[in-house]
Amino acid sequence: MSKDAILGAIRRGLRRGPLPADQAAMLEGRLATHPRHLIPARSRIPRPDQIALFIRNVEKEFGTVARVDGPEAVPGAVADWLAGQNLPPRFVMAPHPDLLALPWSDRPMLTFEARRGEGSDTVSVQHGWAAVAETGTLLFPSDPTRPTTLNLLPESEIVVLRASRIVGAYEEAWDLLRAERQDAETGGFMPRNLMFVTGPSRSADIEQTLELGAHGPRRLHVVLVEDDPAAR
Amino acid sequence: MHITSPAFKKNAHRALNDAGLQKALKHARPMFTGNRARAVANLPEFEQLRDIGRDIKNHTLANLDWYLETYAANVERAGGHVHWCSTADEARAKVLEICRSVGARTVTKGKSMISEELGINEHLAKHGITPVETDLGEYILQIRDEGPSHIIAPAFHLNLEDWEKTFRAVHTDLPADRVFGDRRDILAEARTRLREKFLAADVGITGANFLIAETGSSVIVTNEGNGDLTQTLPRIHIALASIEKVVPTLEDATSLLRLLARSATGQDFSVYTTFSTGARRAADLDGPEQYHVVLIDNGRSNMMGTDFQEMLRCIRCAACMNHCPVYGATGGHAYGWVYPGPMGSVLTPTLIGVEKAGHLPNASTFCGKCESVCPVKIPLPKMMRHWREREFERHLSPASVRGGLKVWSWFAKRPAAYRLATRAMIAALGLLGRKKGAFRSLPMAGGWTEGRDLPVPEGGTFMARYAATQRGKRP
Repeated sequence: MSKDAILGAIRRGLRRGPLPADQAAMLEGRLATHPRHLIPARSRIPRPDQIALFIRNVEKEFGTVARVDGPEAVPGAVADWLAGQNLPPRFVMAPHPDLLALPWSDRPMLTFEARRGEGSDTVSVQHGWAAVAETGTLLFPSDPTRPTTLNLLPESEIVVLRASRIVGAYEEAWDLLRAERQDAETGGFMPRNLMFVTGPSRSADIEQTLELGAHGPRRLHVVLVEDDPAAR
Repeated sequence: MHITSPAFKKNAHRALNDAGLQKALKHARPMFTGNRARAVANLPEFEQLRDIGRDIKNHTLANLDWYLETYAANVERAGGHVHWCSTADEARAKVLEICRSVGARTVTKGKSMISEELGINEHLAKHGITPVETDLGEYILQIRDEGPSHIIAPAFHLNLEDWEKTFRAVHTDLPADRVFGDRRDILAEARTRLREKFLAADVGITGANFLIAETGSSVIVTNEGNGDLTQTLPRIHIALASIEKVVPTLEDATSLLRLLARSATGQDFSVYTTFSTGARRAADLDGPEQYHVVLIDNGRSNMMGTDFQEMLRCIRCAACMNHCPVYGATGGHAYGWVYPGPMGSVLTPTLIGVEKAGHLPNASTFCGKCESVCPVKIPLPKMMRHWREREFERHLSPASVRGGLKVWSWFAKRPAAYRLATRAMIAALGLLGRKKGAFRSLPMAGGWTEGRDLPVPEGGTFMARYAATQRGKRP
């Protein structure tokens, strides 16, 4: 009922009936080809500069980055960062195969549970699916190995990200998503939840003055794993 | 929300004499304008992106029916539900019905202006369901029983001492002598308090910055993360969205997102930009079991094909009010409803009627700053002029204004009489004020001279000077 009323009023305003088939086909084509618009020049730079731009932007947005030479160095980087922040060596981790395969036993002091986030969690280790250099933005498509709650509930979030997964602009991340993902239930490429995260949580609601640590993590730390020879 | 737009003049007068409000405005406004200017300066392509943003929205509006149907079909394909609602009544009833279907007792809410427009909180509360606003600004306003005074910074009008006083009055289980050293302590207290609410809520209600036809996704943009907790933790997520939020593709949304945060807070990108598509998948470890979109018209489809269609491009960044001298003087509450500033002066009359909101399009100096900062180039001054014309045509403006305009238009249409009259006026004023150099008050111009002196005219009229220079140019 209301649907017809709304569509009818729109069409009256546009002085036409339902869209003719040929025009609808053109719009279908636009959705299928999803043309890009202008991409700012700031991310159209050589690979090593893109990585540097990403790091600069994360830091500008009050996040931190530690670069490590390979996956085997991740547990040490996590342990060092926790110690540096005066945090206990315990965390909750995304049950992602890449994270589970890391040599955690090298650092026997570290203990973790692989699960979703809960209200009392203090630190999470999350799997970084990809990142965008343009604004230092991390991407987290939800799935059983990458729960959304790990981005939200703990006070500190550590993201393990491979350097080869950093792209220049958002549009390149969309292409990755379209190419790599297919949702078993919907047949589409979009996950239930896709978060773009740029720095730790904050609010400027009190006197328009920025304070970190509103409802999400107060600290956001990226452990960047060098796996991209072109990026060095 | 109670409408006080008809009392704009009284509201504005009160606002100008409200010391607390004036302090808040003076403090916050330069931050908004300065941050935006810096963000824009750091993106050389910003002006081109404004044209692109305008074109994307125009393309979508020209095919709005098709994009809405395609969007809805894709939401359903992803396992979500779309509820088309023509009116605020319908939308309120639908939200209540969904909440009742799971026996909801508390509902968390992300900041949403459409929710304010519909009066969702009042409706839920009336039916025994407790709504909890979780955006920090909205949280304190709910406690104080006030409306938002700004569309992205709802507690724009409050100072630190207001926050302290309110928190002390409401969080009575905490030690009364606790010290609020700075803003961080306020934030920490709100975080702890709201964390319990997030975890206990049965339904989470958010707005939507964009709807994506290609994928059937809704998008929210926040800095606090409250919107994400609201839509992730409860069993049901309801996204409230008006029909003009739809855009065709992810690429289109991306271009608009490049404009949104820069125009709003002056950030390059907001902290959390989140795309929701359908409900929790079978193997997921978190997320809501049901995903509903309440798609709301509430008067917008009637703007199609009218002088006000371009207003539907608005992406609610608030740049227009942040740069408006009138908003800067009165704050948002004076406008008397949900949407203040220039965008509100255009939108409010279409949604609640020009007979109630006629003062708003008149509350403009037509300086044009709003249009010059609008990320999708909405010609706001032109539209306010349309409203003034309609108000005049419908005889809604007061007799003094109509009489004055009539006198002025008689002269304006008769250049010789106009020149004669202005010459006489200037000569008379010049003679009267020769000694003092300025008038401190003038009959029939008390409003103008209240805040400033009128300098005594010197020399001839503009036309006389213009004619003299033209003569001088020609040999």
